[in-house]
Amino acid sequence: MAKMTMVEALNLALRQEMEKDDSVVLLGQDIGLDGGVFRVTDHLVDQFGSDRVVDTPLAESAIVGMAVGMAIYGLKPVCEIQFSGFSYQNFHQLENHAARMRWRTRGRLTVPMVMRAPYGGGVRALEHHAESREVYWAHTPGLKMVIPSGPRNARALLVSAIRDPDPVIFYEAKALYRAFREEVPEEEESFPIGKANIARKGDDLTIISYGAMLRPTLEAAEELQTKEGIEAEVIDLLTISPLEDSTMVESVKKTGRAVVVHEAPRSFGPGAEIVTRLLEGAFYYLEAPIERVTGFDLIIPYFSREKSYIPSVQRIATAARRTLNN
Amino acid sequence: MGRKRLALTNDIDYLSILDENGKLDSELEPDIVNEEHLRIFQAILLGRRFDERMLDLQRQGRIGTFPPIKGQEASQIGAVALLRDSDWLVPAFRETAAEIMRGRSMESILLYYNGYNEGTIIPDNQKDLPMSVPVASQIIHAVGLGWAAKYRQTDEVTMTFFGDGATSEGDFHEGMNCAAVYKVPVIFVCQNNQWAISVPLSKQTHSETLAQKALAYGMPGIQVDGNDILSVYAATAEAVERARSGGGPTFIECVTYRIMMHTTADDPKKYRQEGEVELWKKKDPLLRYQNYLLKKNVLTEGDLADFEDEIKLKIQAAIDQAELQMKDLGDPLDMFDHLYAEMPPSLQAQKNELIRELENSEGEDHHG
Repeated sequence: MAKMTMVEALNLALRQEMEKDDSVVLLGQDIGLDGGVFRVTDHLVDQFGSDRVVDTPLAESAIVGMAVGMAIYGLKPVCEIQFSGFSYQNFHQLENHAARMRWRTRGRLTVPMVMRAPYGGGVRALEHHAESREVYWAHTPGLKMVIPSGPRNARALLVSAIRDPDPVIFYEAKALYRAFREEVPEEEESFPIGKANIARKGDDLTIISYGAMLRPTLEAAEELQTKEGIEAEVIDLLTISPLEDSTMVESVKKTGRAVVVHEAPRSFGPGAEIVTRLLEGAFYYLEAPIERVTGFDLIIPYFSREKSYIPSVQRIATAARRTLNN
Repeated sequence: MGRKRLALTNDIDYLSILDENGKLDSELEPDIVNEEHLRIFQAILLGRRFDERMLDLQRQGRIGTFPPIKGQEASQIGAVALLRDSDWLVPAFRETAAEIMRGRSMESILLYYNGYNEGTIIPDNQKDLPMSVPVASQIIHAVGLGWAAKYRQTDEVTMTFFGDGATSEGDFHEGMNCAAVYKVPVIFVCQNNQWAISVPLSKQTHSETLAQKALAYGMPGIQVDGNDILSVYAATAEAVERARSGGGPTFIECVTYRIMMHTTADDPKKYRQEGEVELWKKKDPLLRYQNYLLKKNVLTEGDLADFEDEIKLKIQAAIDQAELQMKDLGDPLDMFDHLYAEMPPSLQAQKNELIRELENSEGEDHHG
């Protein structure tokens, strides 16, 4: 197994799926010779040519709208939107068309496409380059919303997203792109969409997180264990929608306490749904109110202040202690 | 150095072959065999009569709101008549006649305007997309289909329809631009019917024509008399030939007129003069073509009477069939089907919730 960054792991997924299946085509801005602004598609144009790694005009709606047409035709387009902050320009193509075509035509026409987009803060990027708006997609019936938390699951989930018969929004945390390396098998590997992962076992409380927030969550769990001997169970959602609740509900039934961590703003954020699912599934097991550690209900500030906005190890650990002291 | 007039690659022509007074430019008259003339004429006649009948049904409360097509039949039929079964049609929402000619059943249209999802099912042997309500958004799907058809090295052509209002949307621009960049086999047919609900063309654009927008994208464009089936047919034939032979996209502006309301939910008297409508009624595409065919002896008064009778029966049969079908389509649980290839557990739980609810309220009407 080779140790890879998330960028390299995503590149591997794209390369292998393109080798296997000539219906997989990539389209996006600067994804050809430039390899994409984060280099996820680096060198793919050399191997597959500009017919399959398609540099597009600067037009997000066209990128996604063309993918809708291509997918209906029988191809498996994978779009790259340069930053998720620019994907609102193609929002209607997903909401009005990609998400609905199967349902409208009673299964006759389908849209097996992927929209990849970097999301989240923490890399000192300019404004419009750092938000976390996964709920927009998670709230749209007919779409799937996936957010990996590291190189290995990013690769294995992107493979599943490409093969999925329905449209998948695939958010890649910029903060994770080159943050660390992980063993990624060269041979094929795919993880199921719609299945959460228990990233750390524990009996004292459950912390639910995903994407870029998984690492600070695991660090907080480590700190709680080292300093106070508290064993936190950490759940990595991986798929935001359709949200699988059995893993987290079973965990909270065991621990009786829960903290939800995400970078997105708090109100109407993913945490609102996660907490509700826990209340529906494990209300009588709860020993304390559920805590939310999230971005504030603000536009994410320009990068000089973003550190204070994004949930920190400190904030997560403090919320966990509050939950335990209740 | 200096300042000079730029010579652009493309010019914009205006094409009119058979005018409103029945005057024919026989040099430009397209060569259409009699059988094809009759197929086209029957499609126009059916489009007109079905539209009229739908308006009656709507007024009787037997279907919901719908957008009438009256006056725009030639713009639609003259274009789709040239498509093969292996080609793709990507309609907006005022292409009922075109869709019927392509094989969509009248039953399907009636189901749709009665609020049944079954009205957007595409038959298995047909490649077209269902109608699209969000203005201009479908234009880009046509470009994607065209891109894929080219990638697979087929000779399939994709034709998309939209109105004058759509040319103000960003998706029109993005679609036209990408189509030209990728040189895809796509034909853009704009039904310029002068009105986008209550907004006239003069408030939609300051451009002298819509066709000239093609120039900016580096794509051939042409403006035609959209109420003259011969012009629409001739321009489309050129565009289809270009697309099939690898020459890329074409933009056709059909100048026509929306004789009726935008949809049955609005009253055009509020925003436009009746006099204007009367002027356009004299340019009627159906009568113009009918007189041409009668004069040419392709059609006889006897044929016409027969066609009217057959069409009347066909429409009635479709209405009867659709109303019968609707009696079996009442199951509200069907709405949970086909959102995803596989139903997620959380959605299954919601479906179960409705099942229980329905069991508790047995006997109550859950339709609509």
